[in-house]
Amino acid sequence: MPRSRTIVLTLYILFLLLPIYWLVNMSFKTNTEIVTGMTLWPAEPTLENYARIFTDASWYSGYINSMQYVALNTVLSIALALPAAYAFSRFRFVGDKHLFFWLLSNRMAPPAVFALPFFNLYSAIGLFDTPLAVALAHCLFNVPLAVWILEGFMSGVPREIDETAYLDGYSFPRFFVRIFMPLIASGIGVTAFFCFMFSWVELLLARTLTSVDAKPIAATMTRTVSASGMDWGLLAAAGVLTIVPGALVIWFVRNYIAKGFALGRV
Amino acid sequence: MDKPLNQKAWLFVLPVLLIVAFSALIPLMTVVNYSVQDTFGNNQFFWNGIGWYIDLLDPTTDLGGRFLDALWRNLLFSAIILAIEVPLGIAVALSMPRDGWRVAATLVVLALPMLIPWNVVGTIWQIFAREDIGLLGYVVNRLGIPYNYTADTLSAWITIVVMDVWHWTSLVALLCYAGLRSIPDAFYQAARIDGASRWAVFMNIQLPKMNRVLLIAVLLRFMDSFMIYTEPFVVTGGGPGNSTTFVSIDLVKLALGQFDLGKAAAMSIVYNLIILAICWVFYTVMTRLDARRG
Repeated sequence: MPRSRTIVLTLYILFLLLPIYWLVNMSFKTNTEIVTGMTLWPAEPTLENYARIFTDASWYSGYINSMQYVALNTVLSIALALPAAYAFSRFRFVGDKHLFFWLLSNRMAPPAVFALPFFNLYSAIGLFDTPLAVALAHCLFNVPLAVWILEGFMSGVPREIDETAYLDGYSFPRFFVRIFMPLIASGIGVTAFFCFMFSWVELLLARTLTSVDAKPIAATMTRTVSASGMDWGLLAAAGVLTIVPGALVIWFVRNYIAKGFALGRV
Repeated sequence: MDKPLNQKAWLFVLPVLLIVAFSALIPLMTVVNYSVQDTFGNNQFFWNGIGWYIDLLDPTTDLGGRFLDALWRNLLFSAIILAIEVPLGIAVALSMPRDGWRVAATLVVLALPMLIPWNVVGTIWQIFAREDIGLLGYVVNRLGIPYNYTADTLSAWITIVVMDVWHWTSLVALLCYAGLRSIPDAFYQAARIDGASRWAVFMNIQLPKMNRVLLIAVLLRFMDSFMIYTEPFVVTGGGPGNSTTFVSIDLVKLALGQFDLGKAAAMSIVYNLIILAICWVFYTVMTRLDARRG
């Protein structure tokens, strides 16, 4: 490999990791150490910040809440998107192209526009401050995304397979679950990854739609401002813990990422 | 082979249609409803017709001037980050290792910033760029360059741009990498036989193969930077002054900060229409590109 390429990549990776390292570094420091001096690594590493998060219910329940609505949203998005993506990939029907564009345009809609109306809407139907409200709200951009990605994978499956299955006497639901879904399993995996990703990182809507019971962890983090000033160590530790689930998920799907991006549909 | 015409396909699309209509159309109707009214608190609403829209589109009024400023700021921001992220993303994609364990490791590191919640991204950079406790701010100030993102406009902009580059260049890189992987080895062998230079290979083989994914990368980066909210809000809160107040930030300030629901709603509608228009242009270009490819 030519040297210039190694240099570009190394520098870029360094640039990506440095801010994360700094956060991790800070999470192991005491607050006194953080504010009194600049140290490149913790002089007296402490787990105190993490201990506080794991023992305080108002902290760790944030993680549970986030996980709940992310999981709910991923399942909902995929379940709804599967038949729709199949329709788009296999049939023509009145208004299909317009419908597809309209769906996609919702992926591009700014959440800031929807924050207030969502608040009113979900309060009116009594879902405010539940994980379901956030999961449904995130469907706004995740369902179109799921349709888009799945449609790409489904179009890669030859239509002859459908026809052969019907000739063999398969009913549509049986064909879809038994034959078709296994064929696009990697596509479903990639879709789940992106649904997870966008639901996990979004906060504006998640915070608007929750107050106490379903508050996401990322919103809990704003609490670290106390009377005695910022609790930087605690903030950093909470931040590090929000990076962990994402990192784990990437590790599991690392071999599919490139495939998912290859469709150019994110 | 053309797809068969089947109107029953609508039944398959129906669930998606209902859920997206529920989360998109009903809220939009609420917004339209607000946008023609004025409110003075206590949930009292007054008919205002298209008054807010007239204000909004006239830069000499308070509201119009404010919107235009935020819009320009946002467009400038989008232009800057595209100008940095697209070339950098291509460069990173071209530098990816070809095979072995290093590919997986690099992919994981590259994707990492994208999976961090957006306000944590803001927090990371808020800390990292602080002059007292952040490595970047400390080092830059030690080098004798005055840098303080809470007080100085230029510093604030640089911080936000660098943060966005940190956050999203990987998306461009991964998209381009995927595009590059679809190039058969035979192309490169043919180029080597012809004695093509590195530049010629890039211009004639790699770039044309990437044009579709690049278009998508530009679309996604443009759209997402055009509606950016959380990250700059956490870092600068829109300041110093209004210097990093982008459209979404301004909108939330107007709606939830000042409870000017009518103005905010009118702004939402115009903002949404702009995005829709840009989106449509990209979509048309993309489907043309696909059609030409057959």
